[in-house]
Amino acid sequence: MFGLLGLSAEVFALFVVFGFMVGVFFGFFGMGGSFLVTPALLILGYPTPVAIGSSMAFVFGTAVIATLKHHDAGQVDYRLGALMFVGITLGIELGSRLVFGLETLGIASVVVGVAYVLLLAAIGILFTRSAMGDETEAEREAADDAPDDDVPEIARKIKSYNIPPMMTLADGSKASLWTISGVGGGVGLISGFLGVGGGFVRMPAIYYVIGTSLAAAVGTSLFGGLMSGAVGAFTYGRAGVIDVGIVTALLLGSALGARIGSGATAYVDEDDVTIYFGLMLLIASLAVALGEVSAWLAIPVLDRVSFVLLIGSALFVCAVILYHGALAIREHRDVAPSA
Amino acid sequence: MTGTELLPGASPTVAALLVIGLVLLEAALLYAAYGILEDVLAPVVFKRIQQI
Repeated sequence: MFGLLGLSAEVFALFVVFGFMVGVFFGFFGMGGSFLVTPALLILGYPTPVAIGSSMAFVFGTAVIATLKHHDAGQVDYRLGALMFVGITLGIELGSRLVFGLETLGIASVVVGVAYVLLLAAIGILFTRSAMGDETEAEREAADDAPDDDVPEIARKIKSYNIPPMMTLADGSKASLWTISGVGGGVGLISGFLGVGGGFVRMPAIYYVIGTSLAAAVGTSLFGGLMSGAVGAFTYGRAGVIDVGIVTALLLGSALGARIGSGATAYVDEDDVTIYFGLMLLIASLAVALGEVSAWLAIPVLDRVSFVLLIGSALFVCAVILYHGALAIREHRDVAPSA
Repeated sequence: MTGTELLPGASPTVAALLVIGLVLLEAALLYAAYGILEDVLAPVVFKRIQQI
């Protein structure tokens, strides 16, 4: 079997375990595919097109599984996802053209690297600050009494500007088509510019700018990942660089992980985990920065440190999710077993 | 093993669609299979966790 897939038993098992970890992330946060898988494949010595193409196909497969799981829980806004996709596609095209333009100037690598580091750090800080919660107990109680208590304040403010045409979201609230298209275009631009799936931007953008609940943001972001993953897989598939063996092994693990991660959203208090996720993004920012420095100064050991930081922090957050999930099950003994 | 190797002589578009179809099929099968596994094992696992 392993010979047929072109992988040794050890490498196959490694990919299954790695896929499980990524699946837990994908299911719980609606992101975390390509920014973990692509560097891992590159470190393992796969050529860049194979690493990106296989990562795209894997993101597509995992997004299918996680979307199905969130669909069962009614947490996917398909109309919002489809509307965003138009903007995302245009943004990806614009982003890739920008990269080619910078390439002709000879500064693409530096600009993309710095942008990636700054973006990861900014989103990491946003999540960490949000999780550390500077709101008082009274403010929290007031927020709990508010009708849109699951929608962040900044999103409520953006939603208060009624710029037609207004679209009705799955939860019955309204958002301007301009906001949705703007978010889609912005996410696509970043995705095309950085060459990543973009879930780590898409999910926060849906939550903080369009203003859905966090669960709906995760589900809808996954649906967006499914569509952009399909486009990416088709593009790289045409070039014949997707390794089906790698994708199959990763999917075997991620299918289970995504189920557990998606199921955990019903039990785990997001506030317990969000701070770790924010810290993980900050560490990822540092890891990418080290990788860039390693490339500029030709210091291979920094590349290894970068890889260990990236995988180590992801493994830690995955363990935290599973730990809090187990704690929640113990604390709520009367909760139904299936999420 | 790439799409080109799976279907030698096929056009790039057909090879790409084959890979996407294969990934979609794998995802659907794994979703269904793990779903059955979840239905069977989840109550046992939940019970074990609560007993720890």
